[in-house]
Amino acid sequence: MAEIFKLVPVEHFVYLCSVLFVIGVVGVLTRRNAIIIFMSVELMLNAVNLLLVSFSAYHHDPAGQIFVFFIMAVAAAEVAVGLAIITMIYRNTHSVDIDQMSRLKH
Amino acid sequence: MLTSAFYLIAFITIFFAIMVVASRNPIHSVLYLVLTFFCISAMYIFMLDATFVGMVNVIVYAGAIMVLFLYVLMMMNLNSDAEPKKSNLFKICAVISGGMLLLLIVAALQDAHLVNQTGSVVTSEKIGSIKVLGNVLYTQYQLPFEIASVLFLIAMIGSVILGKKDTSSQTIGHEILK
Repeated sequence: MAEIFKLVPVEHFVYLCSVLFVIGVVGVLTRRNAIIIFMSVELMLNAVNLLLVSFSAYHHDPAGQIFVFFIMAVAAAEVAVGLAIITMIYRNTHSVDIDQMSRLKH
Repeated sequence: MLTSAFYLIAFITIFFAIMVVASRNPIHSVLYLVLTFFCISAMYIFMLDATFVGMVNVIVYAGAIMVLFLYVLMMMNLNSDAEPKKSNLFKICAVISGGMLLLLIVAALQDAHLVNQTGSVVTSEKIGSIKVLGNVLYTQYQLPFEIASVLFLIAMIGSVILGKKDTSSQTIGHEILK
């Protein structure tokens, strides 16, 4: 157990991560720019990473930090493909507004 | 000292995260997100003894992924006027539902019973060091590590195929979207 948990209870790390995650959720709900929605998803992923690392330090188990590496790998791959898709949509519609993409239904 | 540093970094992180969502200019959003990632990395390095994860977070997230975002934003030449505004009622509803989600998470975690048990890999060294992490990654988690490389290959091929300028499919796309 790291020294920090003698000073700050682990619950406060959990609350910090919850607040960051909820800010990401609100960002996904309120914004219409597809790139900003992507960035809010990244914020949510980072909140989960912080939670994993803090519990890894709390339980003195390196497995949590290994999971963080895998999350980073998946996030990097996701960003590469997602930004390619957004660039493709922008090339066709000249807009990154997600409400425009509802045309895919018809 | 460490306690006050924790709360200071926590509040700065939350402030920057709110600014990511609230600022109208997408470029400012990206820069605030970089600052958020720096704060989270400071948390890893100074608070949680996870030095290697903190460095990788700076290099991969703040260095590589955010530069990719910035590149795409600069290519598209978006500014604050480009985004049509959502109605205020919708925003208020979104913030209220987000607050209710936070309330739900916090209320559910009030009763959580946290036990302090040590994990499967017991070492006397600091677990954030490269030696311990490399040892675990290349023995216990070798198969997921190899699968991650296949995932990267798929992502690379996929983004190259998506980004390729294909004249025939582009005209078809124009017809559908018009």
